[in-house]
Amino acid sequence: MTQHLLITAATLPDGTRADLRVQDGAIVETGSGLSADGGRVIDADGLQALPGLVDLHTHLREPGFEQSETVLTGTRAAAAGGFTVVHAMANTLPVQDTAGVVEQVASLGAQHGYATVRPVGAVTVGLGGERLSEIGAMAASRAAVRVFSDDGKCVSDALLMRRALEYVKTFDGVVAQHAQEPRLTEGAQMNEGALSSELGLAGWPAVAEESIIARDVLLAQHVGARLHICHVSTAGSVDIVRWAKARGIDVTAEVTPHHLLLTEQLAATYDPHYKVNPPLRREEDVLALRAALADGTIDIVATDHAPHPVEAKECAWPEAAVGMVGLESALAVVQEAMVETGLLDWSGVARVLSTTPARIGRVTGYDAPLAVGSPANITLVDAAARSDFDVARLHGMSVNSPFLGRSLPGRVMAVVHDGRPTVLDGALLEPAEVTTA
Amino acid sequence: MKHLLSTRDLSRVDAVRILDLAEDMADVATRAVPKLPTLRGKTVANLFFEDSTRTRLSFEAAAKRLSAEVITFSAKGSSVSKGESLKDTAQTIAAMGVDAVVLRHPASGAAATLAGSGWIDAAVVNAGDGTHEHPTQGLLDAYSIRKRLHGAGSRGRDLDGVRVTIVGDIVHSRVARSNVWLLSTLGAEVSLVAPATLLPGSIERWPVTAGHDLDAAIAARPDALMMLRVQAERMTSGFFPNEREYAREWGLSAERFARLGADTMVLHPGPMNRGLEISSAAADSARSVVLEQVTNGVSIRMAVLYLVLSGNDGTDA
Repeated sequence: MTQHLLITAATLPDGTRADLRVQDGAIVETGSGLSADGGRVIDADGLQALPGLVDLHTHLREPGFEQSETVLTGTRAAAAGGFTVVHAMANTLPVQDTAGVVEQVASLGAQHGYATVRPVGAVTVGLGGERLSEIGAMAASRAAVRVFSDDGKCVSDALLMRRALEYVKTFDGVVAQHAQEPRLTEGAQMNEGALSSELGLAGWPAVAEESIIARDVLLAQHVGARLHICHVSTAGSVDIVRWAKARGIDVTAEVTPHHLLLTEQLAATYDPHYKVNPPLRREEDVLALRAALADGTIDIVATDHAPHPVEAKECAWPEAAVGMVGLESALAVVQEAMVETGLLDWSGVARVLSTTPARIGRVTGYDAPLAVGSPANITLVDAAARSDFDVARLHGMSVNSPFLGRSLPGRVMAVVHDGRPTVLDGALLEPAEVTTA
Repeated sequence: MKHLLSTRDLSRVDAVRILDLAEDMADVATRAVPKLPTLRGKTVANLFFEDSTRTRLSFEAAAKRLSAEVITFSAKGSSVSKGESLKDTAQTIAAMGVDAVVLRHPASGAAATLAGSGWIDAAVVNAGDGTHEHPTQGLLDAYSIRKRLHGAGSRGRDLDGVRVTIVGDIVHSRVARSNVWLLSTLGAEVSLVAPATLLPGSIERWPVTAGHDLDAAIAARPDALMMLRVQAERMTSGFFPNEREYAREWGLSAERFARLGADTMVLHPGPMNRGLEISSAAADSARSVVLEQVTNGVSIRMAVLYLVLSGNDGTDA
C-alpha cells in the first residue's frame, strides 16, 4: 500500500523551512510550494521537524511480562513520544538470547507498525553472566541484532566482558554495558551520600558505576572493540568517558532524560516513582551530564523506558520495583533540560535522539535525515507548547512516570514511520490504521 | 499532631511539649489505678512487620493506660508471609475501625509512605522504619536524660549544653538517627563513636562530631553515654573483623566503665549483648539508665498516642 503525504512549511533542524513530499515510504521531494499530488497534507507551519527518534534503550516486556507492557503498547508509547525505532532490551522471559526470541519480538513490532523494533540480544545466556549467548545466531537472524546487552545486570566478570567485546566485534555489533559493580550495590536503594545516610536508604555509590566504566573502556582499548555505556549517571563517569574518547577508545555513552532533569532530593519523599537504577544523583551530576551531552562526551539520550504495574510502586520504597516509563516524555524532558537552557539546538536534538543512536545501533536510513531519498521517518513537534505532563500523555500500559504533574515544553503533533503516519494532529492513530498485517 | 513519623521535623517547642506531657503521664503510673479514661472508645492497631516484643508491649501498655482498645498484628505467621502488601494489610486493619496505626516495618520510609499514601485515614506513629528512624525511642532517651539530670524539675527544660556520646553501629541505626536529630534540636552536643565502616558517609553534614576512639570519648566525660546494640548480621558481613575486636575497641568493658566520669549516665536501647557492646558492670550499675528507659518509654508513648488521637492540640503549628 502506498501513501502520499505532503508536509508543508516545516521548520527543519537547521532552522530553514521546507515542504517535504513523501511517497512509497521515502522522502521524494523537498522545497517550497510543493504539490500534494492527491495525498494527505500535514500542515507543519510553526512545527519543528525532526528525523524520527531512535531509542537505544527500551524495555518492551514482551514476552513474559505482559502485565507491564507489550510490543504493541510499548511501540504506541514510542510513537506518541515521537520515536520511530526502539531497541527492545533483552530482559524478557524467555530472555532474548536466541534467534527465535529476537525474531518474534522484531516481527511483532513490524506487524503492529507503530515503530521499528530492533531487539537487543543478551550478552550471556539467560542474563546469567556465565556463558556467552548465541550472539552470532542473533546477528544473522531476521532481527539482525547489532546491540548486545545484559541490561538490568552488569557483565561484571572481567574475562567474560573481554570475550564479549571481542566476539561481538566479529558481527559489527556493540556491547552495551549496564555499569554496576554488583557487590558494591547489594541492596542499594538510592544515590549514596548525605541524603541516603539521613533517609536510612542503602546507598548506590558512584564508584560502583565508575569503576566498571573505567575497566571496560580499558578492555575495549585492549581488544580494539566498540563499547557502549548505558545510562551514565555521574560526573565521575563523564570524566572517564571523556578521558577514553581523548585516547581514541571506541566508546559511546547514553544518558537518560530523567538523569538530565531530576535529582536524588526527590527520594526524600519516599515516593517509589523516583526509584530507578542507576539512581537519581546530585545536582552537580545533572549539570555535568548536561554539559557532557552538549559537548559530545555523551553521545545520545536513551529512555530506559521501564514500565511496571501500579502495585510495584504502591509500596514502601525499598520494596518497590526500579524504573520509570520514559518514551512519551523523553523529547519534552530533553527540550526542558537542553534546549530551553541553550545547551543544545534542534539539530543537536536530532543528533542525540536520532542520527547517532541509529548509527550506534546500525539502523539504516537515518544517516541523511529529512533528505530526499531517505526513508520517511519524521517527527513534528510544537516546540512552543507547554503544559503539565499528565496521564493522558501516557500511551503504554504502565503509568510509572516521575514527570506527572510537572510542567514540560513541547508536544509531538505528528509522526511518520516509514512513510505512514502513526500520530496526526497530536493524537495517536488506532492500531487498525497503523498495522501492516 | 496528625502523625509522628520522625524526630527530624520536630521543633524544640514541640519536643519539649511532648516530654512535658510524658511527665504528666508518668504521674498516672503512681496512682492507685494507673489508668486514664482519655482515649476510651479509640482503637490503636499495632502493625508489626518486624519482630519487636519490647516496643510492641510498650505501645500496648501505653494505649491501655489511656483506656484505648488495642489490636495487634504481627507479620510472623500472618498474611504478610503470604505476600500481602503494606497497603492491603493497612487497609484491612483500617477497615476494622482503627484510629491510630503504630507501624514497625523493615523498610525505611514505610511510615511516611503509609501516612502520605491516602490508603488509610488513621494517624500513623512510626515505631521504627528500617534504618531510618525510631522517634519514640529518641523521645524516651531524651526524656530519660532530662529526668536523670533534673529530676522533678524537668518540666519545661531542654537539653542545652548536655553532652551525649552515642557509640556503635550508627549507619544502620534508626535509634541513632532519631537521637541525633532530637538531641541536637533540644540543644545537646552529640558526638558519635564508631569504626569508619559503621559511620554514615557524609557525616560532616550531620549536627554532630564524629570519631573512632571510645577511650578518648570516655576521657572527655560526657553527661550521657549511649551504647547501641550490635546486630548479629553485622558480625558476618565484614563491617568489623569479629566480636572480640569490636568488644575490645568499642565495647563498654568493666575496665572502661571504671574510667567513666562519676556523673556519666549509661543508656542502651535494648536488648543488650552483654559482654559485647556493654559489660554487666556497666549495665547493672547505678549509672545505668536502661530500666528507666523502659519505664519512660511507656510514658512517652502515652504522650504520643494522646497527641495524635486527641485532635488538634496546637503542637503542629
